[in-house]
Order: sequence, then C-alpha cells, then structure tokens
Amino acid sequence: MATEPTARRWHRNPSLLSGAVILGLLVLVALVAPLLLSGSAETLTDDTRLGAGAGHLLGTDAFGRDVLARALVATRLTLLMAAAATAVSFVVGVAIGALVHLAPGWLRETCLRLIDSAVAFPSLVLALVIAAVLGPGMGSAIVAIAVAGVPGFARLTANLAATVADKDYVLTARLLGVPGLRILGRHVLPNISGPLLVLLSSSFTLSLLDISSLSFVGLGVQSPQYDWGRLLNEALPSIFAQPSLVIAPSIMLIVTGVGAMLLGDGVASLVDPRTRGAALAPAKAGPAGPAAPAQDDTARAPQASDGAAAGTEQDGLLTVDGLTVRAGDRTLVDDVSFTIGAGQIVGLVGESGSGKSTIAMAVAGLLPEGVRANASRLALGDLDLLGTPPERRLATEIGIVYQDPIGTFNPALRLGTQLTEVARVHLGTSRRQAAKDMVRALADIHVTEPDRRLRQHPHELSGGMLQRASIASAMTTNPRLLIADEPTTALDVTVQAEVLRQFRRINREHGTAMLFISHDIGVVGVLCDTVLVLHGGRVVDRTTGADLRRGTVTHPYTRALLAATPAAVEAGGTLSAVRWTADAHAAQPSGAPSDDLSDKAADRPPAAERSR
Amino acid sequence: MSVTATTTPDPQAATALLRVEDLTVELGHGAAARRVLKGVSFDIPRGSTLALVGESGSGKTTLARTLVGVYRPSSGRILVDDAPLRTSRGRAGAGTVQMIPQDPYSSFDPRRTVAQSLAEALDPVRARVKPVRTRIAELLGQVSLDPDAMDRYPHEFSGGQRQRLAIARALAPGPRFVIADEITSALDLTTQAEILNLLADLRRRLSLTMLFISHDLAVVRHVSDTVAVLLHGDLVEFGPTAATFAAPNHPYTAQLLASVPGDPRFRLDDGPATA
Repeated sequence: MATEPTARRWHRNPSLLSGAVILGLLVLVALVAPLLLSGSAETLTDDTRLGAGAGHLLGTDAFGRDVLARALVATRLTLLMAAAATAVSFVVGVAIGALVHLAPGWLRETCLRLIDSAVAFPSLVLALVIAAVLGPGMGSAIVAIAVAGVPGFARLTANLAATVADKDYVLTARLLGVPGLRILGRHVLPNISGPLLVLLSSSFTLSLLDISSLSFVGLGVQSPQYDWGRLLNEALPSIFAQPSLVIAPSIMLIVTGVGAMLLGDGVASLVDPRTRGAALAPAKAGPAGPAAPAQDDTARAPQASDGAAAGTEQDGLLTVDGLTVRAGDRTLVDDVSFTIGAGQIVGLVGESGSGKSTIAMAVAGLLPEGVRANASRLALGDLDLLGTPPERRLATEIGIVYQDPIGTFNPALRLGTQLTEVARVHLGTSRRQAAKDMVRALADIHVTEPDRRLRQHPHELSGGMLQRASIASAMTTNPRLLIADEPTTALDVTVQAEVLRQFRRINREHGTAMLFISHDIGVVGVLCDTVLVLHGGRVVDRTTGADLRRGTVTHPYTRALLAATPAAVEAGGTLSAVRWTADAHAAQPSGAPSDDLSDKAADRPPAAERSR
Repeated sequence: MSVTATTTPDPQAATALLRVEDLTVELGHGAAARRVLKGVSFDIPRGSTLALVGESGSGKTTLARTLVGVYRPSSGRILVDDAPLRTSRGRAGAGTVQMIPQDPYSSFDPRRTVAQSLAEALDPVRARVKPVRTRIAELLGQVSLDPDAMDRYPHEFSGGQRQRLAIARALAPGPRFVIADEITSALDLTTQAEILNLLADLRRRLSLTMLFISHDLAVVRHVSDTVAVLLHGDLVEFGPTAATFAAPNHPYTAQLLASVPGDPRFRLDDGPATA
C-alpha cells in the first residue's frame, strides 16, 4: 500500500483533490494578482460607481477602482494574516495540550481546567478585547486571533492525547525507556494528527472569518491597506446602492473556507496508513477466497455421507438445508445443512471467521443489513424462517442468548423491565404476573436474591449473574429452540462451568432443543449431542460430543483442533499448531508444523480474527 | 497472609531472580481506595516460569503493572537479584523487565512500521532503523517471522503474528525477566497453540525468566514450572505445576481445575456448586 501510485491515491480522495485545487488557485491568485492588478485596484479614476460591464466585470467603487481587482489583490494579505494567526495558535495550542501530559497529576488537572474555561470564552469576544487593548492594526489583529485560537487546539490535543496515552503501545514505549518528550513526538502526536489537521483547517477558516470581522469593524487592517474584511467595511455604506461591492469579497471568503475544509478532510485520511489503502482492504476479507474451489469435494463428502443420516431425521425440529449466506460477493456460509431434533443440543464449533455465528443469526432472522441468506429449506417445525415469519411466533419460539451479557442489556433500565418484556409484549402477561414468573425463573437458574435483581440495574450484577438472567429471559416463552451464541466466552471459567450446567438442566427439564455456538472445542464436547465443525463457512466434519470428549474423531481438521487444545494435550507435550486448509489436509495429519503452511494461512486479514 | 509462607520452604532462594515480599497494592484514593493485592509473596528462580492464574478481579493485571512500575506498592518489596526493583524508567529499567501486553491490536503504534517499532526497543531515544536492520531481522527470525515483515504496518498482520511481534519487541532489550499478560486470550485456538509452542521454545533456547499471567489453567500447564493462584488479591496456591495440577492444596484451585471442560474432573450434572 505504501507503494501505491500517488496518482491513484489522489484519485480516490476527491475532497483532497478539490481542496487542493481550490487552495492552489487561491495561492496563485495571491501571488499573481498584486503584480498584475494593483494598478487597476489602487489607481483612483473618474469612472466612479460604475455598474458591472465589459471593462469592469463587477464595476468600480466610489474612487473608481476596479472591484474585482481589489478583491483579488486583497487575497494575499488576507491569506497571509489568517495563515499566520492559525499557525501561531496551532503551535502554541498543541504544545500546551501535549506537554500538559508530562506534568505531575495536580498540575495537569489545574491546566486542563484552565484550558476548559478558556475554551468556554467566545473566541471572537476575546479577540475583540485583545485587539482593542493593543490598538487597531494588522499586527494586533493577528495576535488577537492567534491567542483566541490557542485554547481550542490545546483542549483537543489534551483530550486526544489522553486517549492515546492509555494505549498499550505508549505503556510499552515507556517500559522500553523512551523519554517522555520522544513518546509525545513519536507516538502521541502522529496518532492524533488526523483530528488535529481537520481542526487546523476549520480553524484556518475561523481565523479567516475572525480577522475579516476585525477588519470589518475597523480594528484590523487600516487604510490604505485592505483585506477582504476591510473591503466589506468600505462597501457597507453603499450596500443598497451598489451591492456588487459586497459580493466579490464575500465569495472569496466562502470559497477559501470551503477549500480549507476539503483539504483538511482529505489530508486527514491520507496520513493514516489504515485508511490509506482502505479501498483494497475489504477485497481480501473472508477466508472463502482462493481455497474455495479446492474445498468443494472435501466439504461435499461428509454431507453426502450424511444425507442418509439426515433422511432419518426428516421430522427434526429445526431443518437447515443448503443454507448459503452472502454479503455482497463474499460467501460467509456455503451450503450448510443440518437438523436439530426435539430435545437435541447441536454444537457449531470453529475458529473466528468460520461462519458459526452467521449461521445462528440466519436461523434467528437477525442477519445484518446487506447480508442475504438463501436455503432450499430453513424451517422450525412448521414455521418457515426464510420468508417473513410472524414476529410473535419468531419471538416466542426461538430464544437467544448472546455472547456479551453486559452489552445485551440496556444500562439505563432496570432488569425487571427488560427481562419481562417478551412475556408482556408477546404473551400479554400482566406486569405483576410476569415479574412473579421471572423471579421463579431466576431462582431456578441459581440467581441469588431474584426479587432484588429485578429492581437492580445491569451494572450492579456480575457477568455470570447477567448471563443467567438473559438465559432465564430467553426461556420465559418456553421456546422450542434456544440459540446460544458463545454464551460463556466472556465468563470466568468457574462461572462458565455453572452456566453450562444450567444449559444442561434446561435441556433435561424442558426438553428445549439448542443450537450452541462456541469456539471452545472442550465446551461443545461436554454439552452437545451432535457437533458440526466449521471451517471457512463450510461444514467440514460432523461428530458427536462423546467422540470429542474421548478424542476419537477421525477428520484431520477436528483432530488438529483437538491437538491444539491445551486441556486435551498432556502437559509438556507439544501443541499441534498445524493450520488445516482444504488443499493441504490430504498431505498431513498432526505432522511437523511446516512454517510455509502455517504462515500462509496465518496471513488471513486481521478483520476476520477481530470479529470474535 | 496466605498459604504461601507455609507451602514454599524456598530451597532455591539463592537463585531467585525476582522476589516479591508481602506486596500490597491499593488503587484509588480516599473512600474509593480498594486493596487489590493483599500481602502477596513469591519468587521466581532464574530461568524458570511462574504462571499466575486468577479470574477477573483477582488482581493479576494489577500485579503485572506494579512489577513494571505503573502502580506503586503501598507496602512490601520487589527485589530483582536481591536489589530493590528500580522504578526509574530509561535504559536500566528496560533491561530489567519487559511486558508483552494482552491485546495484540493496541500494542503497536498503527502509524509505525514493524522495523520502527522494534528499532525503538533497541534504541529508545533515537529509534533509527538503518543501523539495526540486521538485528531486527534476527529478532523476527527468533519468533519465526520473515525478515521482510519489517517494512509492513501492524494492521497488515493477523492477531497471532502481532503477538509474535510483541514477543520479539519485549525480548529486544534483553530484559532479565519478561511478563506475559494474558497474551493468548484474544487468539484463536490454533494461533494460541502456535504462540504457546513458540514460548516453550524460547524458554528453552534463551532460558527466559518469565511471569505468565492467565485466566486459563489449561494454558499455563504448558508453559510454566511453578503455578500461583490469586483469589481476590490473596495468593492461595503456590507450587510446582505438575504437582499442583495433580493435587491442588486449596479448594479454590480444585474448583478451577474441575471447571475446565475437557478436564477429567469436569462434571456437568453436578448440583449447584458455585455462587
């Protein structure tokens, strides 16, 4: 990406391109206009107050000077003043905002509060006061605007730097012995430069307007010098008689402002190595790329042999046949078929990016926008899940438990309201009855003090308690199918064991069928009757929990997964880290870890791994 | 205090590289102050690995951050080679202890190439890449990465590869001991196995002294000589790994062991066990 042709980068960044063109033209005008046009802009003639015409495109002013020429010539002075003021506020503000983080705690807090109060003070008023104290003139206008702009930069820098200072790489740099100032310059400032550049451009625009305002009220540039603000000031008395005097400087101000903003946005996305190649990144997402054709026969094989087995389970509760999920032209899930019989627990296991959660969400009808599912059959008993099933049946017949118990609940509402919602909305249970039922359900699942829990907010409960509460809530309607998407991943191991016991108990007592998704082969082994092993969106192996527990699995990928599981391998033994790919699996089982093989597959885009 | 004093007669006291004595750490001020570590003592002999296991809130990350000088102990001592650990940063500090952070996605500056990040570990002040390119290539080779990885940016690597890079960076200044803080918890199973094997290999080749922090008992069995279990800031178990896994001293350790799905002691159909 670093070698990407510059021309293409610019092409992909229209705001950078247009901003640069606009500002480039303005700079050109600022350079050239005073040389060519100062004659017509400053020579007094007798052609006073002419309208727009061939000789003078926008007419002339009270002294017979060409209006357009004056606006163009004023560009140089205006831009120089705005740039000088912005540069001073940028340098001083960023320095203050960054250095404040090197100060000891109490001093830092004091400085931050001072900066906050300075930001609260309107900058134009501050500038007016400073300009009035220093006396009218170009220099004092620049100083006034520069000082007024400092708090904005200081505040933004301090805030951004605080977030970066928490990052692991800053801590690591400190451990490595990098001096504080170097950390600021090397890690902190570059990583906050995007927002700072955007602020720089908007601040330039503001300085431009503020300086023009000062000149407009007579505190800035004095005659015979003139900038756009001064031109507006001179045009004001005759604004009704000759509006064209106002138009030229106004248009110049607007164009400059827009140009600066566009350029700031463009530069911000250009300097970030993550967005620099943004257009390339999505193209290689998903492991279902080049390996897909080779995988075909291996994936078909277990399915073909399973066809008979599936036939005997024709009356299964959940039937998934030929499920394919696509996001754009990427295939997330490819031709997956399975059935869940009543009272059965089916596990989906696989590494991140294997499509296990996507299958669950497709079954629950919760696929995100832009992701489309196709299947020859996707049904829960007599409920067809492919079309638009009645919402009430969907809500009462499928219960869902998510991975992150803390993110599942709305932190602002009491648990009682959230846990009884399904019962109240879809079953029409009264509030009192629903609460009573929920207390019983919570007690069943070993939530301590269930009465009090309903009046608490989510943050008052531990993760394990919340996950139990969300299981209880999913079970209120006594659903036919419970989908659990990594329900124990976020929990401590002792809590996980307890929550797994609850799943087993529910399955035994209510006969609820479950679709249990996990990346942990140990967890699915102990809980599930049937286990589907997924890889790259395909089912590569079908086995049973018992076989996983005993280690009597035959498929090479499943064996590779087991051999990589620390709990299943003898202490001191080498864990197998062979990566299984469809084209390579014939060559190996549990062989020597070949670096080529693992490195190639490990080059999966990080996005896939992060999606966990 | 905890069982530590009684269960560790300390035969190897003479060779202890890191010794932590009665360490107490409080976080927060005034009314919000919480005692996170309550008189923890242990030592790590030179060339061995201590695994520190605990569930969330047990204080294991606080212990790591205290050892590297982010938090200040409110009482107790940390000795490295019988001299108090210098909280001063700079080169001396870098040569004493290094930490491999947990999250492979935030541990590298996204705007600096791998070579730049590693050069900083070798030369913290100037961080110039050119003079140290061969050394960087060596470091990358040590963690089985290709030398041409050095001119790429962190976002071009997968989580497992970044964790390898983090290991390379931590080893670069030649620290006397290394802290690995939950370094496999964000990784897939196969990737985790790769990293664990790499660590086992590095321990053998470089005779590293390491504190390996994890919530996963099954993982630490593969990388540690000694295991310590933290419960709410107390060290409740301390002993040789194999013996502890076979016969834990503290009931909490036994409960932890029995909670690992795949362990023979794991039971799903037990009655209510935990609160």
